[in-house]
Amino acid sequence: MSMNKAGRPTSAQSGQKSDHPTFTGNKALQIEEPLIFEVGETGKTGVDLPEPEPHETRLGGLERQNIGLPGLTEPEVMRHYVRISQKNFAIDAGVYPLGSCTMKHNGRLNEKMARLPGFGDVHPLQPESTVQGALELIDTLAAWLLEMTGMAGVAMSPKAGAHGEFCGMAAIKSAQIAKGDARSVVLVPESAHGTNPATAALLGYKVRDIPAREDGTVSPEAVKEALDSDVAGIMLTNPNTCGLFERDIVAIADAVHEAGAYFYCDGANFNAIVGKARPGDLGVDCMHINLHKTFSTPHGGGGPGSGPVVFSEAIAPYAPVPYVVRNGDMFSLVESVDAAEGAKPFGRQTAFHGQMGMFVRALSYMMSHGSDGMRQASEDAVLNANYIRAGLRDVMSQPFGDQVCMHEVLFDDSFLKDTGVTTLDFAKAMIDEGFHPMTMYFPLVVHGAMLIEPTESESKAALDQFIATLRDLVQGARDGDLVRFTGAPHHAPMARLDETRAAREPVLRWNPEAPAEAAE
Amino acid sequence: MAEIKYTDDHEYLNIEGDVATVGITKHAQEQLGDVVFVELPDVGKTVAKGDEAAVVESVKAAAEVYAPVSGEVIEANGDLEGNPGLVNEDPEGGAWFMKIKIADKSELEGMMDADGYAKFVAEQG
Repeated sequence: MSMNKAGRPTSAQSGQKSDHPTFTGNKALQIEEPLIFEVGETGKTGVDLPEPEPHETRLGGLERQNIGLPGLTEPEVMRHYVRISQKNFAIDAGVYPLGSCTMKHNGRLNEKMARLPGFGDVHPLQPESTVQGALELIDTLAAWLLEMTGMAGVAMSPKAGAHGEFCGMAAIKSAQIAKGDARSVVLVPESAHGTNPATAALLGYKVRDIPAREDGTVSPEAVKEALDSDVAGIMLTNPNTCGLFERDIVAIADAVHEAGAYFYCDGANFNAIVGKARPGDLGVDCMHINLHKTFSTPHGGGGPGSGPVVFSEAIAPYAPVPYVVRNGDMFSLVESVDAAEGAKPFGRQTAFHGQMGMFVRALSYMMSHGSDGMRQASEDAVLNANYIRAGLRDVMSQPFGDQVCMHEVLFDDSFLKDTGVTTLDFAKAMIDEGFHPMTMYFPLVVHGAMLIEPTESESKAALDQFIATLRDLVQGARDGDLVRFTGAPHHAPMARLDETRAAREPVLRWNPEAPAEAAE
Repeated sequence: MAEIKYTDDHEYLNIEGDVATVGITKHAQEQLGDVVFVELPDVGKTVAKGDEAAVVESVKAAAEVYAPVSGEVIEANGDLEGNPGLVNEDPEGGAWFMKIKIADKSELEGMMDADGYAKFVAEQG
């Protein structure tokens, strides 16, 4: 009997690496994926629908003959989206230290809870009697938020941070109009998120900048100097975007209140202080809470935002409808301004009641962590940021000196001076090393800013590897290894994109007659 | 004769008679990076010194251009709307933003000349 005893080779035949391009353009099992319009063809379909019966159109001749939708079979659709998803980078895939964005782990338990049919399949137009559990959940989550912030009232409906900012500032505006004291100016520190001045402007306010002092924080003196009888309020982030706690926040709040103005706190960085400090004790009148940051609901491509707003006693009556009220064991919704007993809502901001799926996840996070767990999460988030600071402070540069930071650590680009490497190059080189870049060029008060927020999710091993990688990159920049930076990313599915051309000559729509390359 | 003045907000004024041609400095465009969008004021608009008169947006940031003097906007540089990159190529020449008819020449007092501005930029590091 003859047998083929050779078998298959079980080791590489030679150690040679090759940059040989593939016939298909694919890189091993990483498939180059065209647009869905380029894959699909009309005439193909993934569902078997009967031909329509003869019918009379009521569109008056306006019906389109060709809608232009791509036709694909189910496996083609599946492969298209799976291939695209494989090019995505997410918190589930690796370290995502995007400063001021709080990209923390999204607990699987939260996902399980959100998929319970009683939460996942409810419709906002269902009769109240059939959604008592969902309403109770909204009411319970509201109670947790009030407990954590020490505030008097809450609006659950805003859909994200900036939406919450608008809600809070609209309530402040309504309160002042109700007092017969309408005002026209809002104070915004230079380090603010761009959404703060945008919110104020959208509500018709003029924005007055407050410069940061030497240590990166806002001084009460600068605020007092800017306050007058025309100032409606201040929008201040705490901890601020330089990763520092505004130590004089109480003095600032007092000065603002003394001038008849209100204090809006941007709650984007609440993850640093949950269980440690309550905005209500610090003199805050309104603050939005990013459930998608602090309370771990998926975001950044993974899910919608959710931005409930908490209010002080003075502003709470002006909170928008709808809201949930409890009558004994039953819950109901107040849907209109006229039905709001004892309150003066500024109106309605959303069609329905908020991001129900995110409410479930956030409450699941809260209840599974408990008050001690959430406090520890904040402590660990701050510890992790300071561990990175301590691991990099001798090779990177901190704009406001070496001081303890909160949940994110800010570097500037002075350590790259004369290397020919920019913050952008440095961030792109991080992609090659398998890390999502940090937030860069923000806050604007710092030159070439790099804002790193590890969150509490990262292990010491992950932080050590991150630190070692950045130290190696710094060494590479100092050694003049320019190609590593200016050509980065070298190993990503796409090379560096031409952001300038994309912004100057945007191609907003796929056009089969004129492919994007030729659209000059 | 034209006279060029600079503000500490990095605008320049090219002054001829009572008209100031206003734009952002070479240093300002370097800091902004590639400019992708410019919003100009309406001609005929009256601006007060320090008012936001135009907006310039780059791949990195959006910034306001303040009216360095009070007066009436008598011309806006339409070239910039179709070709914002001109701000990077020729900031202190062809990429002027607006011409303002100066209402009060005393507002020019205390502004920097070219040497003063160069020193100011160097000090800012």
